[in-house]
Amino acid sequence: MSETANLTLGDVSEGADLPLLSYDVTATTVVLGALASRDFRPMHHDKDFAQNRNGVQDIFLNTPNQAAWFERYLTDWTGPKGRLGKIQFRMKNSVFPGDKMVFTGSVKGVGKDEDGCGWVDLAVNLSVGARTVTDCSARVAVPVDDDDNPWARKGDDWKP
Amino acid sequence: MADELPAEVQGWIGKERYKEKGEFPVEQGYIWTTCSSVENGNPLFWDEEAAAEITGGPIAPPTMISVWFRPHLWAPGRTKQAQPLQIHFDLKEALCLPEAVMTDNTITFYEPVRPGDWLETCQVLHSVSEPKTTKLGSGRFWVIEVRYTNQDGERVAVESYTGFGYKR
Repeated sequence: MSETANLTLGDVSEGADLPLLSYDVTATTVVLGALASRDFRPMHHDKDFAQNRNGVQDIFLNTPNQAAWFERYLTDWTGPKGRLGKIQFRMKNSVFPGDKMVFTGSVKGVGKDEDGCGWVDLAVNLSVGARTVTDCSARVAVPVDDDDNPWARKGDDWKP
Repeated sequence: MADELPAEVQGWIGKERYKEKGEFPVEQGYIWTTCSSVENGNPLFWDEEAAAEITGGPIAPPTMISVWFRPHLWAPGRTKQAQPLQIHFDLKEALCLPEAVMTDNTITFYEPVRPGDWLETCQVLHSVSEPKTTKLGSGRFWVIEVRYTNQDGERVAVESYTGFGYKR
């Protein structure tokens, strides 16, 4: 990230696309991601186990690290005042060493809730070549103006 | 595989199980390692001034919520390897499905999680599907909800996993 974004609700329109992010995955990416999330299951570090027990070609990116990638993709776009409300993702395929991951996203909805919190609904896709790996939908709070900060919301004022 | 769900498994549905406190507090080192693993430069996690101004002090990336409950593989006095998301492993065993993968993950985020927090969790089995066959093998899908609170009893996140347990 070259400079920190500072998105406000007025900057966002339905149908807009997020900048694409691509990343070359190595075995180190997979193992670092698994250990950073304390996921010691062997299919995320042991190729032999992944092939013979899971029946897949190689070790693969684990679930919580995929969530961390989606968070990074979304907050690169919003900047630090963007606050995740909800993410939901479906893993259809796996990400293996040697793959080039590509994240794309688009705005599906923009609005304010009854408490005046600004929300953006997004569809994010993680793909490798022609293969969709994971479909993600996300709901992110962004400031309605320069004086607003979604992180200041607590309890009943926060409706993710 | 019998179509009927064993009574033991039926009895788990809707019950809060495995209520437990994390084995360690939320800590900065894992936050940096996780941000580094995905090259997340969000100043909330790297710049104390930005964190003080925006989030009233340092916080953990919200998507790290499950990290704080993955048990040590070994600890003094432990005779059996501890598993995160124990219900998932209970289901594999009870339904005789040796392999399993996760297919869906939903996380809803509430109060921010901060370094030094001691979080608590419990697991609830929501549902188990009829027997199904996919390209991986034959088995069943199940949905597990994980609820997280902090030491003040505030809800910090609710997570839902869909798992597929199968035989190849």
